[in-house]
Amino acid sequence: MSLAILQEATSLVPNLVGAGLIVIGAGIGLGQIGRGAMEGIARQPEATNKIQTAMIIIAALLEGLAFAAIFLGK
Amino acid sequence: MKLVSKTVTTFSLVFLISLTAFAKGDPKTQNGGHGDPVNTPEEIEEYIVHHTKDSHDFHLFTHFPDGEESHVGFPLPVILWGENGLTAFMSSAFHHDDEGKEIVEKGGSRFVKIHGKIYELNAGATAVEFDDAHHPTNATTPFDLSITKSVLGILLIGLLMLFLFGRLAKQYKTQKIPTGFARVLEPLVIYVRDEIAKPNIGAKYRNFTGYLLTVFFFVWILNLLGLAPFGFNVTGQLAVTAALAIFTLVIYLASSNKHFWSHQLWMPGVPYLLRPLLAVIELAGTLIIKPFSLMVRLFANITAGHIVVMSLIAIGINMQNDMTAVGSTTLSLVLSMFITLIEVLVAFLQAYIFTMLSALFIGMAVEEHDHH
Repeated sequence: MSLAILQEATSLVPNLVGAGLIVIGAGIGLGQIGRGAMEGIARQPEATNKIQTAMIIIAALLEGLAFAAIFLGK
Repeated sequence: MKLVSKTVTTFSLVFLISLTAFAKGDPKTQNGGHGDPVNTPEEIEEYIVHHTKDSHDFHLFTHFPDGEESHVGFPLPVILWGENGLTAFMSSAFHHDDEGKEIVEKGGSRFVKIHGKIYELNAGATAVEFDDAHHPTNATTPFDLSITKSVLGILLIGLLMLFLFGRLAKQYKTQKIPTGFARVLEPLVIYVRDEIAKPNIGAKYRNFTGYLLTVFFFVWILNLLGLAPFGFNVTGQLAVTAALAIFTLVIYLASSNKHFWSHQLWMPGVPYLLRPLLAVIELAGTLIIKPFSLMVRLFANITAGHIVVMSLIAIGINMQNDMTAVGSTTLSLVLSMFITLIEVLVAFLQAYIFTMLSALFIGMAVEEHDHH
């Protein structure tokens, strides 16, 4: 019974809404990554290169998630 | 001095040629292969979708010299494996038809092209009919081995890379410092080796630097080709990025060692009850999620970039009524110029990230765990 209600409820929400929610989450996450990297660089400018590399990798992973959501939700 | 003036002449020539290319590629006369001018939002959308897709012929632009449409471009070979074996003909046989009206008879089979896809008609059929699930009922789909636009781009860039890097490699046999254009390539090669391969893979980096260099320059040059005048979208094809991701998958699976698999299947230092669950998650990550994310990231970034650039160009058509032709064209020129500059950055960044993540995944698979 509850499963049927759940199915009906999910069928009312377009996939793209879910994709949009994921993209909002990814946007917040990217902001956090940028903030963390900037604080790190401000504290230890000599570690800029290492921080930037790690930042780009994490950002790319997150971006992959967001694109996968758009791709699958379309 | 002579070299400088030569370079300046070459650059201005390239610039002039690209300018005329843009002038001829004016969105009002260019079209999605159907011959109509692109004016309404629906036509613009259709044109943009058509642009991001692969195509069987190389269509540059359409113009209307005497009110009649005239296509400028060149045909590409179509190679099909159908019911009657291998067939080959030039795509000009379809006469720019994309609606399935022009029937090409070759080798006992009859072919039609609908929305970039070629169907082989059954005996007696004159037009393809589709059922509800969009499967053809009176035609079959032959195995398409055609040299499409994307394949042409891959072959051209492959040859270019063989020429450029072959020359760079040959120069090291006779001299210590490369000359000419090879001098531009050397720091890039060293950058990929020292900044991507060495820190991520570790001691065994030499075995994988060849692949990483190839994939880096391949993706980068193809990304830039998509932004060049007369260029076309190759890294924005899902098939191309899927093939690249599968290469990375095969390489890191083939080079993985015992430690890698023991950590995948039976993670040490974790409660026994959790280990099967972790094994499922790790296996899904290694076999599916990693290559899938590599594939989708490159595809989606490049496709999204193309759609944004073309949408901004379309402002010049769409907003004419609101802000006059001059105003809308100025706005679209300024916006699309800056977004194109960002796309040049993205072209490099995506090649870098693809290579970097490939190196990271390979590094995970070959890492030695001496500290246990």
